[in-house]
Amino acid sequence: MAIKKLGKQTVQFKNPPTIISTATIVGPKEGEGPLRSYFDRILTDDLYGENSWELAESKMLRETVKAAIEKGDKKISDMEYMLAGDLLNQLMSTSFAARDLGIPFLGIYGACSNMAESLSLGSMLIDGEYADYLVAVTSSHYSSAERQYRFPLELGNQRSLSAQWTVTGSGAAILASKGKGPKITHITTGKVIDLGIKDVNNMGAAMAPAAVDTIVTHFKDTGFKPEDYDLIVTGDLASVGKEIAQDMIGDVGYDMSKVYNDCGLLIFDNEKQDTHAGGSGCGCSATVFCGYIYKEMKKRNLNKVLLVSTGALLSTTSSQQGQSIPGIAHAVRIVNDV
Amino acid sequence: MEYIRAFVVGGVICIIGQLLIDGTKLTSAHVLVLFVTLGVVLTAIGVYEPIVKYGGAGATVPLPGFGYALAKGAIKGAKEGGILGAFTGGVESGAGGVAAAVVFGYLMAVIFNPKTKN
Amino acid sequence: MSKREKLRKERDYDAYVKQKTPKPTYLKNVIWAFCVGGLICVLGQFITNVFENMNMSEKDVSTARTIILIFLGAFFTGIGVYDKLGKRAGAGSIVPITGFANSIVAPAMEFKREGYIFGIGAKMFILAGPVLVYGFGSSVLVGLIYLLINK
Repeated sequence: MAIKKLGKQTVQFKNPPTIISTATIVGPKEGEGPLRSYFDRILTDDLYGENSWELAESKMLRETVKAAIEKGDKKISDMEYMLAGDLLNQLMSTSFAARDLGIPFLGIYGACSNMAESLSLGSMLIDGEYADYLVAVTSSHYSSAERQYRFPLELGNQRSLSAQWTVTGSGAAILASKGKGPKITHITTGKVIDLGIKDVNNMGAAMAPAAVDTIVTHFKDTGFKPEDYDLIVTGDLASVGKEIAQDMIGDVGYDMSKVYNDCGLLIFDNEKQDTHAGGSGCGCSATVFCGYIYKEMKKRNLNKVLLVSTGALLSTTSSQQGQSIPGIAHAVRIVNDV
Repeated sequence: MEYIRAFVVGGVICIIGQLLIDGTKLTSAHVLVLFVTLGVVLTAIGVYEPIVKYGGAGATVPLPGFGYALAKGAIKGAKEGGILGAFTGGVESGAGGVAAAVVFGYLMAVIFNPKTKN
Repeated sequence: MSKREKLRKERDYDAYVKQKTPKPTYLKNVIWAFCVGGLICVLGQFITNVFENMNMSEKDVSTARTIILIFLGAFFTGIGVYDKLGKRAGAGSIVPITGFANSIVAPAMEFKREGYIFGIGAKMFILAGPVLVYGFGSSVLVGLIYLLINK
C-alpha cells in the first residue's frame, strides 16, 4: 500500500525532510541581475580557471556542493547520496564533479526540471528513512549549452525574441531528516506533455503545458489552491511561457496571478540585460530557488512556496529529425514551520 | 556612382536574406546554402550576370556572388574542357576563396579562443 | 484521445502560441541588414577598384577581393567583433562572403578544445560544409547541363 500517496501523482511526506542549507554560484551576467545579492558567489570569469566551459560548469557544481555542505555545518563524508544532473551529454559536469567529491551518486536527467526532480527523489529517500543527509544539486552554463544545443559563440547570428538565455550557475540544497529550516511536505511528479511545438527558440511555449498539467494536478491531488501559497514559481518558462501557463491555468479555474512568477523572469532584467524572453537552464530554477527563495524563506518573507521546475526534453538529434519538444514539470511544496 | 550601386544591390540582397530569416523557419545556415545555390541557378539561366554588371561588388560580394563565380567557372570549364571542365571549372573558380577560408579559419582558431557573451 | 483530436489540439495550441510570441522587429532588422550589407559591398567595390587600377585580370581581381574579404571576416571573428556586429546586422553580415568566413572560423574556434584534428579540422565545416556541397554540386550540374544543351 502506498500510504503516503495523495491523489494521482502527489506524495505527502510523513516526516517532511528539512532543507538545512543551500548554496549558489553564478556567472558574471547573473551576478549583474536583480537577484545578485542572493547569490553566494559570483564568478568574474565564467571559465572559472578551467580549460573548457564543460569543466568550468563541473567545477561550479562541485564548489556549490562543498559550499552548501559547509553552510550546513556538515562534512562531505556525512552525505549519503548526491542526486544531480545537468544538460550536457551523458551528464558530464555532474559525473565529473561526483568523481571528485566521492559522494554516492545517482545521476538524473530531467533537463531544466532537474532541481525539482532531485529535491523530489531526495525527499523520498529521506522520508523513506534510507538516508539522513543528502545533497540535491544541478547546474547549467551558457557557453557549454550554446555549443551543444545551438551555434558556436562567435557565430554572428541573431537570437529570436522568444529565445531564452541559459543561466550560468549552480544551486545545491542539503536535505536532512531533522534540523532547522524550510521543509518539503509534498511533491507532485509530472508527466511528459507535448503539444507539438517544434520551435527550439520558443522553449517556454513548449514547456508551459507540462507546467500547467503538473500544477493543476497538484491542486486536485492536494486540495490546495493558489491562495494557499505565497509564491508559485515555474522554472524557466520566461515571458512567453509564463503568460501561456497563467492563462491556461486560469481557464481551468485557478487564478494564480497574485502569487505566480517564473525563475527565468526573476533572474534577469530582460530589458537591461538583453536576454530576450528570460533565463533558462537547470541553473535557472536551481539558483533562484537555492538563492533568492530559500533566503527569503529563512527571513520568513516567504512561507509557503510551490517550486515547479520545468524541462524541455529535446535533444539536438530529436530536433534535427523534426520531432516536437516534449515538456516536463515537477512540483515541490516547501513550507516554513509555523 | 558605382559605389552607390554596389551599396544598394548588396543591401537589397541582404534584406532578402533578413526577411527569410525573420519571416520563415530558415536559420542563417539555411540561408547561406540557399543563396549560393540560387546564385548558381540564376547565373545558369542568365539572370545574375546583368545584376553583376549593374551592381558590381554589390552582387559579387554576397553569397549568391559566390554561386555566380562557381557557375561561371563551370560553364567556362565545360566550354573549354568538356566533361572534365564541367567538373573542375566551378571548383577552380571558387578555389581561392575556399583555400583562404580554410587557412585563415585554421589560423584564427589557433590564435584566438571564443569569448563568452553577455 | 484520438489521433484527430490530438492533431486538432496541437493546431489550436500552435495558433495560440503564435499569437503570444513576440514578432521580430522587421523594420529595424531590415534597415540594419541593408546598411551593413551595403557597406561591406562598398568595401568590396573599393578593393575591386584598387586592383583593377593595378591592371589585374577580372578573374584575378575577383579572387583577390574574395581572399581579402575572407581574411577580414575571419580576423574580426577571431577578435570577437563579428558576432557583435551580427547581432545587430543579421543577414547584413551573414550574407556577404565575410559571413561565410565567420561560419567557418566560429566553429573552428569553438571546437579547438576537442583537438586540432577532430576539433578544428572536422568542425570547421559544420556550417560551411553544406554551402560547399550545394555550391560545388550545383555548379558541376550546371556545367553538365550546359554540355548537354550545346552538343
